[in-house]
Amino acid sequence: MPVATNTKRNLVTAALVAPAAAWLMIFLVLPFIAMLVFAFGERAPEGGYQAAFTFAQFARLPTRAAAFWNTMVLAPVGALVCLLVAYPVAYYLAVKANPRYRLILVSLVVVPFWTSLLVRTYAWMYILGSRGIPNLLSMIGLEDVRLLNTPGAVLLGIVYGYLPLMIMPIYVSLEKLDRRLLEASADLGAKPVSTFFGVTLPLSLPGVMTGVALVTILLLGEYLIPQLLGGGKVFFIGNALVDLFLQSRNWPFGSAIAVTLVAVVVVILMVAMRIAFRVAGTRQVDLV
Amino acid sequence: MRAFISSVYIFLYAPIALVVLFSFNAGRSASEFTGFSTAWYGKALGNTFLVSALQNSLMIAFTSATLAAIFGTMAALGMERLAPRNRAIFDALFAAAIVVPGVVIGIATLVALVAVFSFVNPALATIWPGEQPPQLGLGYGSIIAAHGLFSMALVTMIVKARIASLGRDIVEASSDLYATPLTTFRLIVLPQILPSILAGFLLAFTFSFDDFIIAFFVAGSKTTLPIYVFASIRRGVTPEINAIATLVLVASLLLILTARILMRDKKPKSGE
Repeated sequence: MPVATNTKRNLVTAALVAPAAAWLMIFLVLPFIAMLVFAFGERAPEGGYQAAFTFAQFARLPTRAAAFWNTMVLAPVGALVCLLVAYPVAYYLAVKANPRYRLILVSLVVVPFWTSLLVRTYAWMYILGSRGIPNLLSMIGLEDVRLLNTPGAVLLGIVYGYLPLMIMPIYVSLEKLDRRLLEASADLGAKPVSTFFGVTLPLSLPGVMTGVALVTILLLGEYLIPQLLGGGKVFFIGNALVDLFLQSRNWPFGSAIAVTLVAVVVVILMVAMRIAFRVAGTRQVDLV
Repeated sequence: MRAFISSVYIFLYAPIALVVLFSFNAGRSASEFTGFSTAWYGKALGNTFLVSALQNSLMIAFTSATLAAIFGTMAALGMERLAPRNRAIFDALFAAAIVVPGVVIGIATLVALVAVFSFVNPALATIWPGEQPPQLGLGYGSIIAAHGLFSMALVTMIVKARIASLGRDIVEASSDLYATPLTTFRLIVLPQILPSILAGFLLAFTFSFDDFIIAFFVAGSKTTLPIYVFASIRRGVTPEINAIATLVLVASLLLILTARILMRDKKPKSGE
């Protein structure tokens, strides 16, 4: 290819990716650098940030141990419960469902994920609140049942909010599965149960890992569900971050917590990708 | 198994249905339906704070989704032509934009913008010829920028998947017949990727319209619809919120269903 056309080609390529590259630099890379810088700074007397280089913010992390504890327990537990509910649904959609209705059934799972989490969480606040189920229970004589603002309510909200996100990647990996492998397994005399545990489950592990990793990561940063269904009694790291940034205005400490959160996210992603990669030899991540 | 699957679907939809049902309740009760009424919708739409929050949300969602659709499509087309190394960097950054929790994106954007403003505003003040130099601050711009980040990553991912499934031969045939690259793009490539661009736009719009947590950090003094709804919920649960929630649900439902119809292929694709 002549040099002139090559240069022109490169210019066009650069022009095509330039806006997105600029956006990623200014609104992703730069903010992460700023957050890292803030995490090593000090709180200004009037709130906000004051330049410094200190590990003091990270040393104070234990003062927010309760938020970390709640998050680190409820996020994986929530993801696990999601998985237990999601797997049979994904399996049914991919393997058992009548192909004619499959698209509609899959859409019915996807649609809630794209509708406002705020509204969906509000729905449970409404149902569990004093004028909802507790009111009905009091009619049959069960007085003063409290459902809202408990860890159980938060867990319920988590499963409700993130179930679709868990079903989707598992469904995709099961749908890609080569049916002939299942037939071969049956032809070779394997019982359905051993076919499931020997063939289906291992081959769907990349989808399972993707789902578990995605849901856990997003749950680690969850704010709305513990805020609305935990009512300040069951709070997550996200709630601590909102408090530190928007109420007490201790930005350096908040940044240190956020940096720690990102570090945890990166570790989870690396572990999940390594497992998925080892099992399937691919790194397909499906999100939409 | 059937029973389990059905109950999961009921679990997914019953709470939403209940919210919708009680938005038409004449009384204030959340457990007793005392008669059909659309009064709460009238009350919600007569609320000027709510209507202006809705207008803000629509404007922000439209702007960020449009920018994301244009720049995201350009990026998807350009990334094809990049060296594998540079493409991998882009892929990693876009993946980060999608996977990093919103709370962290919100904080990082807030911190960076405030830091930048603290340099830029005094500089502007010294070089500004007039009396009142403009003050940069948080607001519509920062929300659009932060939403645009996620949305651009989303559009790029969807359009890239579509481009990957396109036949190369027809593009080659077009250039063999002496069409310029631009003509080939306009007549061959664009019509084929247009549905995925539109789907990306709609998903981006839905994301921005529904996002609470990112906007909560970077909105400054501005109010979006989710921020308004959140504040109202904290003041107490009323059927008026149910009415707003129902309207939000209907809007998202229409957007997501249109997006899914546009994304539907002849051959089933991954990435449902």
